[in-house]
Amino acid sequence: MRQLFLNLNELVFSLRTVEIMFFLIADQNKTFWFPEQASTFAPEVDWFFLAVTYISLAFFVLIVGFMVYFMYAYRERPGYRGSPEALHNNALEIGWTVVPTIIAVWIFYRGTIGFLDMMTIPADTRDVQVVAKKWAWSFGYPNGVIDNELHLVVNEPAKMIMRSDDVLHSLFVPAFRAKCDVVPGRYATMWFEPTKTGTYDLFCSEYCGDQHSKMGAKVVVHTKEEYDAWFTKMQIPPSDPVEYGKLLYAKTMGCASCHSIDGAKIVGPSFKGTWGGEVALAVGGTVPFDENYVRESVLNPQAKARAGYEKASLMPSYQGRLKEEQISALIAYMKSLKSE
Amino acid sequence: MSAVISKPLVAPVESAKEPGNFLTHTSGFLSWALTLDHKRIGLMYLVGVMSSFLLGGVLALVVRAHLFYADGAFLTLKQYNQIFTLHGAVMVFLFIIPSVPAALGNFLLPIMLGAKDVAFPRLNLSSFYLWVGGAIFFLVAMLTTGLDTGWTFYTPYSLETTGPVVLATMGVFILGFSSIFTGLNFIVTINTMRPPGMTWFRMPLLLWAIYSTSIIQVLATPVLGITMLLLMAERFLGIGIFDPKLNGDPVTYQHFFWFYSHPAVYIMILPAMGIISELMSVHSHKGIFGYRMIAYSSVAIALFGFLVWGHHMFTSGMANVTTIVFSALTFTVSIPSAIKVFNWLFTMYKGTVSLTTPMLYALSFMFLFTIGGLTGLPLGALSIDRHFHDTYFVVAHFHYVMMGGTLVAFLGGIFHWWPKMVGKMYNELGGQISAGIVFVGFNLTFLPQFVLGTRGMPRRYATYVPEFEFLHQLSTYGAFLLGIGLFVALGVLINSLFRGKKAPTNPWGGATLEWVCSSPPPHDNFSKPPVVGDPYDFRGLEYDAREGGYVRRK
Repeated sequence: MRQLFLNLNELVFSLRTVEIMFFLIADQNKTFWFPEQASTFAPEVDWFFLAVTYISLAFFVLIVGFMVYFMYAYRERPGYRGSPEALHNNALEIGWTVVPTIIAVWIFYRGTIGFLDMMTIPADTRDVQVVAKKWAWSFGYPNGVIDNELHLVVNEPAKMIMRSDDVLHSLFVPAFRAKCDVVPGRYATMWFEPTKTGTYDLFCSEYCGDQHSKMGAKVVVHTKEEYDAWFTKMQIPPSDPVEYGKLLYAKTMGCASCHSIDGAKIVGPSFKGTWGGEVALAVGGTVPFDENYVRESVLNPQAKARAGYEKASLMPSYQGRLKEEQISALIAYMKSLKSE
Repeated sequence: MSAVISKPLVAPVESAKEPGNFLTHTSGFLSWALTLDHKRIGLMYLVGVMSSFLLGGVLALVVRAHLFYADGAFLTLKQYNQIFTLHGAVMVFLFIIPSVPAALGNFLLPIMLGAKDVAFPRLNLSSFYLWVGGAIFFLVAMLTTGLDTGWTFYTPYSLETTGPVVLATMGVFILGFSSIFTGLNFIVTINTMRPPGMTWFRMPLLLWAIYSTSIIQVLATPVLGITMLLLMAERFLGIGIFDPKLNGDPVTYQHFFWFYSHPAVYIMILPAMGIISELMSVHSHKGIFGYRMIAYSSVAIALFGFLVWGHHMFTSGMANVTTIVFSALTFTVSIPSAIKVFNWLFTMYKGTVSLTTPMLYALSFMFLFTIGGLTGLPLGALSIDRHFHDTYFVVAHFHYVMMGGTLVAFLGGIFHWWPKMVGKMYNELGGQISAGIVFVGFNLTFLPQFVLGTRGMPRRYATYVPEFEFLHQLSTYGAFLLGIGLFVALGVLINSLFRGKKAPTNPWGGATLEWVCSSPPPHDNFSKPPVVGDPYDFRGLEYDAREGGYVRRK
């Protein structure tokens, strides 16, 4: 009896394991194949992919079915001898040329229709200026509001006007089933219409160097009211310069993707404990780390490259992108890191 | 008196009956290093490409082990980028491209033609040394300075990264010449050295495949050479063709690069298809179904393959019309591949199917290549590709084609021709077990990657969001299983060198000319020109237990 109980327990346990595995394979809110459907493109891509997959599966089952059957039926065995003669059958040859061709033409046609919808940008869109640089995204909204998150309004088409400051990047939002490369030297445009509020992942999907896998951002889809509230808040910078500097550092300007505040070397030097000291230069000698040094390094990064960061070429110039009071705020923030 | 004479006469006759083969013909290091014998060159290539494969495979396992955890297991981001670059570059340039044509092709092509050697034996040796030189140059360049551009060298990243892009591209340039020389040599050999009676449509299908491949090698590889030179010129002279800072266009580089590298995909897969044509018919002991369709489809793939490079750039911002045209052309290339699969399948119909090691690899190929081919359909469809481009779906797709296709066919080919190459039979059960482990391990590695792709996991990521961890772990387990399978295969082959039975002339019952030669073949292949018949005429080929192989009865 006890043994039976144990066996039953084991069985239940293993069933649970299988259940958990299935749960892990297919997240509950999403389908087995896809993440959430959060844009108008998503239903089209999903059903079309599933249609192609089922057609493919039918062919696959047919091919593997025949293969396994032939392996069994015509296997080499005592007393059996198959024909050595080469066979040929024109009807079959024509059949398996024409049928796949028809299916391929249909897939091409459907794919092209869907593609043209994705490429045809509606007339009245909410425009976002996207800047990709190693290794952060920045999103520009009206009135000079800049943020490192992409904020959108549900059920309103949005157009991304994208440029890269250095190498190839690619903006990819899986929940929107949308992707477009950002090629330096020209503007790339893409659009999508979110259909569901929430927060989604945005990835860089074109290899861009060291921190490629870290070059992500969040997409926040708001209701109209939420968006307006957010936008109003963003237009008024914090009055405290340290707070303002922190906002610029962490969110708006994306300094944090290259400069840490805990002493770690990411790409550029850390801000921790540097204020007020002397820094060694790549060309030799030292300079005091003061207001003028920070200002010059932000506007013309190559002017006084630090030892260990000889090229400083990874740092783009912020000439024209930072206002004077923003530079002052960043300086105030760096000072505050010293006192902590 | 007669007894006295007859005794010493017997021994020399016996030893003369044991003819020297190409392995024992001469000996010493220089007899190999300076050989003009296509078979020895083929074997040296085989050692070279398999060493490259071992290196590329170990790197793949490092990549998979690192990706076991979402935050990465043990590499820094930069190290990961260098290792996946090295993995891709080694596998593509040093393993897959030369694998079948240079290693098996060199060994088999002249024998299948009933010839003594290729048309230009010295060019053949020089292309081997170009390959060795290029490979060493390339590896030293990559290892000493940590190239991290990915195997594609995309601009402008490759123009500004500190890695030794110029040295690596120089290596690719040299390897390209090796590839061109081999292609040229094979084209001339097939055109001029076929024996009387071997018309185009009496050629073994492997030769059709190698011929098509050679045409691509000769026509497409120079474009890679030009691209690499332009890349060097851009880096040194700043001519302003690819670099946007100098008014160049990075997308131009992509066009140049893929104009070679997409046809190169067919350089990789076509010879593998040729192998499968041989394996399916020989191990079904039955003539190939639809010979002409398979032959024509090889040529069709070679031609269409030149016109589809744009599908690597569907999201890079080409004009809509260009994108749509490339999509249409991409679908055309799927048809000849489908035709091949159906014809191989029906070759088994009413045959006598022996489930030998090579056949198991060939059947694995059928399974895996079908998945690889079918998953190309959604990628060719423009709307779906917006989501799938540069995700793991693409990674899984091309590994199914390149690895499940080319590598598995190559292994099948090695097991098929191994007795011919070294004159030893391997342990059949061991070989079958390796095929089974490779099959299971491969699917466990790459099936989860399709799902990772549809869920939006971008490729070339050293770390990833936690919800992808489970599927990544499945994939890592699979990769290690696959590694075990490959080591079993290697062990079976090496074991056969020491403990294998002597191979008969025709262990599988093949009807092409290499199975007329002894195993291993003599130095000059055929002492008298062979009689050329139908390469797929299996009538009268019967197993002879005394011989341990097949003999043809009239």
